[in-house]
Amino acid sequence: MRELSLHILDLAQNSLTAGASRLDILVAIDHGRDEIVITLSDNGKGMTPDFVQRVVSPFTTTRTTRKVGLGIPMFKANAELTGGSFAIESEPGLGTTLKAVFVLSSIDRPPLGDLAATMISLVVSNPAFHFHLDYSVDGTSFVFDTKEIMGVLDGVPLDTPEVVSWMGEYLKEGMEALHGGA
Amino acid sequence: MKSIKDLEAIRQRTLEEVNLRNDRHGIRVVVGMGTCGISAGARPVMMEFVEEIKRRGVQDAMVTQTGCIGVCRLEPMVEVYMPGQEKVTYVLMTPEKVARVVGEHLINGNPVTEYTIGAAE
Repeated sequence: MRELSLHILDLAQNSLTAGASRLDILVAIDHGRDEIVITLSDNGKGMTPDFVQRVVSPFTTTRTTRKVGLGIPMFKANAELTGGSFAIESEPGLGTTLKAVFVLSSIDRPPLGDLAATMISLVVSNPAFHFHLDYSVDGTSFVFDTKEIMGVLDGVPLDTPEVVSWMGEYLKEGMEALHGGA
Repeated sequence: MKSIKDLEAIRQRTLEEVNLRNDRHGIRVVVGMGTCGISAGARPVMMEFVEEIKRRGVQDAMVTQTGCIGVCRLEPMVEVYMPGQEKVTYVLMTPEKVARVVGEHLINGNPVTEYTIGAAE
């Protein structure tokens, strides 16, 4: 994966497959601590402690088309390559949380990439799903919450073209504003 | 600066159009977005379908995603379901190929044969 935002797009699929109805995506950039922390937290069916142990192996997957699953192992490897860390917490019936810490200044850290495109891809494909993005830079947050948007739209689906364009610009502007860009 | 308040105006503008969409006869564009598809470039392909469908004003099409379709070496793959026609599978897709698929297949009903899995295999 060339971008951290592509990992997020990939790993979100696991939450959807796990029957979740809500996924919280936290991206916290902290220059003081020199790290980006990415946390994905869902309310899907969760994993047993035994499966959590095995899921970081490329030879563990729930898919049926082949016997390898590279989503979590590549995410973990990328985080550790930068000198960061990776952890999974999961409770059967309650959900799963993945947390990866990337060292910001590491030369091996992939760029965050187009996080707005990741969010739009997710929302367009799953217009009734509750995505909650919290993107923060040095403690100041931008929040994008599809349930809030659905509330205002009151029946207009999120995959309506005009709504999709609005969301794309809203995401871009909201995130760029935190980087001090005019 | 965009604000949540804009959505109220969008809601009023699009409500009528949404009622039209509810009886859409259902073109479905399904982008393979497993780990293989995403790392091969599925996300820009999907974004281009969303953009081009809006640009050409195709009213009754939805773009959605699925996991690994099973032929990872031919990713990004896109399946197009047109009402009353057989499914067409496009392989090795790029954002540049999207305009032809939307124009010739989604709008005019003629699959772009040279981009299909039949032509690649």
